[in-house]
Amino acid sequence: MRDDEHDVEYAVSVRDVSKNYGDVEALKDLSLDFPRGQLTSILGPSGCGKTTLLKIIAGLLSPTSGEVEVNGKTVTGPGPDRAFVFQDFALLPWASVIRNVAFGLELRGVAKSERESIAQKYIKNVGLSGFENSFPHELSGGMRQRVGLARALSVDAQVLLMDEPFSAVDEQTRRKFQEDLLSLVQQESKTFIFVTHSIEEAVFVSDQIAILLPRPSRVSEIIKPTGIRNKGTDNIRRDPEYLDIVDRIWASLRSYVE
Amino acid sequence: MRNRPLFLKLLSAVIVFGAWEIAGRIPVSYAFPTFLESMSALATLTLEGTIFTAYAETLKPLVVGIIISAVLGIGIGLWTGLSAKFDWLFSPIFVVMQAAPLAALIPLLIMVYGIGLTSKVLVVCIMAMPVIVLNTSGAVRNTPDTLKEMGRAFLGTERDLLLKIVIPAASPIIFAGLRLGVSAGFIGAILSELKITPTGVGDIITYSRSIADYPSMYAAIFSIIVLAVLFLNLLERVERHLFKGNIRGYVSD
Ligand SMILES: Nc1ncnc2c1ncn2[C@@H]1O[C@H](COP(=O)(O)OP(=O)(O)O)[C@@H](O)[C@H]1O
Ligand SMILES: [Mg+2]
Repeated sequence: MRDDEHDVEYAVSVRDVSKNYGDVEALKDLSLDFPRGQLTSILGPSGCGKTTLLKIIAGLLSPTSGEVEVNGKTVTGPGPDRAFVFQDFALLPWASVIRNVAFGLELRGVAKSERESIAQKYIKNVGLSGFENSFPHELSGGMRQRVGLARALSVDAQVLLMDEPFSAVDEQTRRKFQEDLLSLVQQESKTFIFVTHSIEEAVFVSDQIAILLPRPSRVSEIIKPTGIRNKGTDNIRRDPEYLDIVDRIWASLRSYVE
Repeated sequence: MRNRPLFLKLLSAVIVFGAWEIAGRIPVSYAFPTFLESMSALATLTLEGTIFTAYAETLKPLVVGIIISAVLGIGIGLWTGLSAKFDWLFSPIFVVMQAAPLAALIPLLIMVYGIGLTSKVLVVCIMAMPVIVLNTSGAVRNTPDTLKEMGRAFLGTERDLLLKIVIPAASPIIFAGLRLGVSAGFIGAILSELKITPTGVGDIITYSRSIADYPSMYAAIFSIIVLAVLFLNLLERVERHLFKGNIRGYVSD
């Protein structure tokens, strides 16, 4: 299936990456390419190494063997070309929303007035205008994750790494987020790497889905739901092709769920 | 009701002082004066100026000891919290210090450092420092990993992580340690004046007891408690000013 896509450029390439935690082989010889400007989901049951893979791409963990390239350069640590959205938000509880959003820029040494005007713009983008001076504990789970998202957007990295960003928010908020994510992918010319354990979520938001199987994990299958991408958010969820793909993925995963 | 906390504080003060007054009138013991007697003795001590000269003396070892304990204690606590090696080296010393019966150490201190200011400062430090060190290092060690990871992901240097993440995250527990340390330091300062040489407030206590002027004795004890409470309140205010979000709750609530 890959042969007709020679011209696609990859923003991130993972090559033969293995990762052991002591005796536990979390990843084994995993290779995967992430097309530039698209959203790739990493889907798999919990404990199969999704977070591990994402942190290796982020440069927060080093692989036991193999390597990761971002824009052709080998990753040796965190870099300005990647930004991370954390599953548990990782907000500073003692800092206001605006300081949290501007925190990535603060660590890069951007002057206060400049970073706050950039932060302001992304706070508005994610729909949190008016909450600049609130503290994280005053916000709902969904709003906290919007802060985490705004923080990642404001450093303007080319690659956005998202570790189950919607898993800690309620179902309604989650659906709204998935729709917002689709329009974000269209607006921003960024590469999104999106970890999830929800089949429906993966099919709804992705250009490409990599299915990971445990353990030690490797990519068992790559699915591209191209047919449903242009159907508009309102129609996707009852599209026959959408339902088909969801079923197909479930069929290949069900044997791994006890 | 906005002034509820203030109202409750006043109410509890009235109850405590009322109980004191009643206990003094029964009397529980001939050596236990009433609240009003003690307050009038305090007024006399204040008008004569005795209490001010006494505090000028007592505050010296207290303030010096608390400053040393706070600076050194937080410093060592950060260090042992960040490095397993230093933890291994230093923590046992402070655990022992915290557990040691201070009264038994005082003769030893006098033998080595004499009966001057040094010994008294050391008593304050021995009382105040261990809890500051142990709280600081424990808090630093328990910084949420995901916050540190976030700092690294957004390109923070080691120094950024320490100043902008580890210390602010640890600050509620560091301040709790400071508050406990300061209270213990007050005890240490009075203890040193009772056990080493009677100076300052310790002298008022010792002297008025020897001439059976119990109201003055209780006035002196009362004044030191009031001072300690005021000081702790001040500390709380500083903390609230420095770390607003911390007081109001944690994200993981
Ligand atoms: N720091 C660690 N030490 C030891 N084992 C770990 C560590 N982190 C993850 N693991 C193990 O590696 C496997 C993959 O974990 P993870 O990447 O978190 O999976 P996922 O994100 O898919 O749920 C799990 O079996 C987990 O127990
Ligand atoms: Mg995970």
